[in-house]
Amino acid sequence: MRYAQDTWALARKDLLLELRAKETLPSMLLFIIAAFTVFHFAIPHGTGVVAARGLLWSALVFTALLGLTRAFVAEREQGMFDALVLAPCDRSAIWLGKTVAVLCFLAAAEVVALPAFSIFFTGLDGRTVAAVALADLGIAAVGTLFGAMAVAGRARELMLPLLFLPMAIPIVVGGVGRYLWFLALYDAIFALLAWASFEYVVAET
Amino acid sequence: MIAARALSKRYGDRRVFRDVSVELEAGGLLLVTGANGSGKTTLLRILARLAAPSTGTLELPARETIGYLGHEPLVYRELTALENLTLFARLYRVERERVGMLLERFGLWDVRNQRVSTYSRGMQQRLGLCRTLLHDPALLVLDEPANALDAPGLELLDGVFAEGRTTIVATHEPERVEPFATRRLAFA
Repeated sequence: MRYAQDTWALARKDLLLELRAKETLPSMLLFIIAAFTVFHFAIPHGTGVVAARGLLWSALVFTALLGLTRAFVAEREQGMFDALVLAPCDRSAIWLGKTVAVLCFLAAAEVVALPAFSIFFTGLDGRTVAAVALADLGIAAVGTLFGAMAVAGRARELMLPLLFLPMAIPIVVGGVGRYLWFLALYDAIFALLAWASFEYVVAET
Repeated sequence: MIAARALSKRYGDRRVFRDVSVELEAGGLLLVTGANGSGKTTLLRILARLAAPSTGTLELPARETIGYLGHEPLVYRELTALENLTLFARLYRVERERVGMLLERFGLWDVRNQRVSTYSRGMQQRLGLCRTLLHDPALLVLDEPANALDAPGLELLDGVFAEGRTTIVATHEPERVEPFATRRLAFA
């Protein structure tokens, strides 16, 4: 119960920060719509459905990367990790709270992006939407862990894509192929690993 | 009781300090002075359990009973003072009444619903002190706590020192802290 309360307090803080600053979600929306527009004019008419799905997943992954880059900005610029790690909450609650917030940003961006994709390219069926929802879980879980790792390092703008993009390849493969079981398995394994290892990411050095 | 024996800290090839030993009795105040880059902040981060020493032994209170104020006030700038303290009150399981009491004590009650980004640096420092004291810590670790404080703010800080809490302070202006100090550590 206490764990859930801490997680919610931390996630609520991130949602409130975004509501005030309006920096992450507008950038994500602008990016994904711009990407679809460019793809629409760059790809010849009559491109197959599978190719179109590939474009969708490429745009989703890079949009998520944009959001993840900003996920720990407040903690980095205002030194907030120091205050958070001294608090008596479980450190994994910091990760989970941030993951919930990232998931909300991704979902909000996709509420606009998926209908836009249908207009630009091809309609989406329930299986693809389910795949996107499952992929969001994996992206948020893994990306938040790597976001925290990148904050601790020096070349943080370079570090996050280097860590995150290779790990996103299975998500793209599962997403384009709409292998829901594969995406669910990815989520379960990597969410568990990220949850268990976050403690060591923010451990004293 | 705080005890640190033969501490040293290295970052790669760079040695920050070596062979530093500190003892501080309960209720005492350790004044840490030294030039820029001498290792004061690194020592304070180690004593606040935010960093690990390269070598040496430590006897410190539990992490959650430490109140730490660094060079930054460690508050979210896009949240209000009330939202910041309410967040940490939830994490520390502190009654909300204490939030109001601290905001009043540090002269921030009337601006509690303003975003911290609209505060002056001195007001942010006062809020940082509120956050540091929120959970009634057994050990206070303060790095340049007088930063940007005006005369009334400095008096409030004196009040914190006079409470008799176990405190470690690093400062470039030792005259203010000296009357409260029970131990001293000077970095070369």
